[in-house]
Amino acid sequence: MPSRIKVANPNRCIGCFSCMLACSRTNVNSVSLIDSAIDIRTSGGLESAFVIIVCRACHDPPCARACPTGALTPRDGGGVVFNKDLCDGGKSCAQACAHACLPGAIHFNRSGMPLICTHCGVCSKFCSHDVLELIKVEVL
Amino acid sequence: MWSNVLYIDLDKGEHTIRDRADLFDKYLGGTGVATQLLLEECPAGVDPLSPQAPIILSIGPLTALLPCASKAVSMFKSPLTNEMGESHVGGRLAMAMRFAGYDSIVIKGRSDKPSYLSIHDEEVKIKDAASIWDVSSIEVTGQILRNVEPGKGRRSIMRIGEGGVNQVRYANVNVDTYRHFGRLGLGAVFGSKNLKAVVISGTEEIDIPDMSAFKKMYNKLYNSVVDTDVMDKYHDLGTAANINVLNQLKGLPTKNLKQSSFENAESLSGEYFADNLLFRKIACSNCPIGCIHIATLKTQFHKGHEFEFRHISYDYELIYALGTNLGITLAEDVLRLIDRCERYSLDVLSAGGVLAWATEAYERDLITPSDTLGIALRWGDTDKYLKALDQIVKMPNKFYQALAKGTAVAAAEYGGEDYAINLAGVEIAGYHTGPSSIIGQIVGVRHSHLDNGGYSIDQKASSQQLTEEKMVDKIIYEDYWRMVNNSLVCCLFARGVYSEQIMIDSLASVGIKKTRDELEALGKEIFLAKYQFKKQEGFDLGRIKVPSRFYETVSQLGKVTPETIDNMLTLYREKTGV
Repeated sequence: MPSRIKVANPNRCIGCFSCMLACSRTNVNSVSLIDSAIDIRTSGGLESAFVIIVCRACHDPPCARACPTGALTPRDGGGVVFNKDLCDGGKSCAQACAHACLPGAIHFNRSGMPLICTHCGVCSKFCSHDVLELIKVEVL
Repeated sequence: MWSNVLYIDLDKGEHTIRDRADLFDKYLGGTGVATQLLLEECPAGVDPLSPQAPIILSIGPLTALLPCASKAVSMFKSPLTNEMGESHVGGRLAMAMRFAGYDSIVIKGRSDKPSYLSIHDEEVKIKDAASIWDVSSIEVTGQILRNVEPGKGRRSIMRIGEGGVNQVRYANVNVDTYRHFGRLGLGAVFGSKNLKAVVISGTEEIDIPDMSAFKKMYNKLYNSVVDTDVMDKYHDLGTAANINVLNQLKGLPTKNLKQSSFENAESLSGEYFADNLLFRKIACSNCPIGCIHIATLKTQFHKGHEFEFRHISYDYELIYALGTNLGITLAEDVLRLIDRCERYSLDVLSAGGVLAWATEAYERDLITPSDTLGIALRWGDTDKYLKALDQIVKMPNKFYQALAKGTAVAAAEYGGEDYAINLAGVEIAGYHTGPSSIIGQIVGVRHSHLDNGGYSIDQKASSQQLTEEKMVDKIIYEDYWRMVNNSLVCCLFARGVYSEQIMIDSLASVGIKKTRDELEALGKEIFLAKYQFKKQEGFDLGRIKVPSRFYETVSQLGKVTPETIDNMLTLYREKTGV
């Protein structure tokens, strides 16, 4: 059964960024925040709650529909599989994600390539406060 | 490996970036490199509030890489003590500097008009701060900068309030609303440079030479921080847990250290705060502990259930300084006082120390209502203390000008030096545990309880019967090794995790090979370099006067005698050569 990331307890976030560092360390072999496929941020400084943006694992994902080169294809269990060899860096996917009542979960690294969540769950392993969980999902 | 230094000249409005591998290879980073930059950049005998006095910021080789390497170091010449100034901060600054690509930042000169620095990756700008210069509150200043600056979501914003603008000698620099470069007056140095704020963000991707070794180390450290009980003290009640502990041990300075326990300690305890006022806990970037305890203070301002609420971070030291030491009996009142200091960006330990001395001096008629402008300072009277804090920042007369320079200066002018509770010109931290705490703060390079943890050596001495020499040896060990820790830069709260061997292994995991002996020698070298600067600026361990109150009030280890302090200080100087 495939899995997906779920924001289980957003209000428990302490803003340590361990999840983002885990994502870039594991999936991109770098230490960075912008190489992370998930995005934790404040909106109004530390006085405000944390905003937690992750891929929502859509079935029939708008990002895949918008991709003109076929670099994104629907994944079993929701979300997409990314074939970077086919990506031309055109950013249609990010626009589709941001415009389809979705969180704008796709952003880009320094060389303009999108960071696409694989729902590997490493972020949840490095969340000390159970904000993120990896859950099993049925294949539709 | 990472050795970029950003030099900013506020006089000329220019900046340059230089690779200082020469310094970083030898001194690692953090406090080690900052000390060398201070020696290079700070002219001997300079007025700490003059344009020539530099501000140095540094991070280290583990910053943003391994868990709890979350602190940034600042160095400057202190306007409070006129010798070495050093302060450390958590929040988001260290990580923001790492990802902006600057391992150190040197700020010199004085802007000809109110300015702030905007640093986003390679873009460095000195911008006009006319509209925010007179905004007294650090919170509002942060809100305005957030609206106009890039880097939204994870940037760091340092700023000063009215205390810094008016150059109160112990003004701090607020970092990311809830953390501070506190103690030795960096806020006043910002003010003297017409520098209201610094905003930093970055998007660097860091390459690690051996990623698999690095990941192994990361996992090991993360697990020991999160899955063992070594950090429990910090994420449960937080440091405020110390109120009840030290109260029972008779180590809790109360009412200007007239007492070492407080009859109302229970109502200011970490337990009370956590059960009744704690609202949330948050973390510094790259630290999974989450030790920043934030309370909600809800106050009614009008009939008909009209409330305002404020979120205020608290810690043990703050509750001591603006609570027990002023005889305050309600936790909510302590929060009101902390909030006022935060608003103005005043160091809470110094502000509390100054008010405690003034209260006793007022009690003894050494100062009069005409000095205080009619404010009848009295133990436990929160409203009077709030008014006095306003006056310290505004400095309308000679008395408040003296208070704005710290306890030692005020007592030198008005008398009452026997109960002017300072060591080496710095208001003390919240420990009257015994001789190691006193010696530790005198000899510590920044006169901080965290330089060597003297209080904790006293606590060991209470169960293990340590000789005076043994205590001195332990202070020296901490003085040296914490130089290494502060060069990496790891949070001292995680010192239980970062043992000698873990420091060696952590450095190796990012490609830096050092042996135990090399690190120990380095720690000592950095310590001595700091003393070189301190002596150059006139600091002399032979001329330290300990106010007699320290000997009169019983400590956790009983009454401390002047002979013990003299003996330990002599031993310390013989063994370290300072």
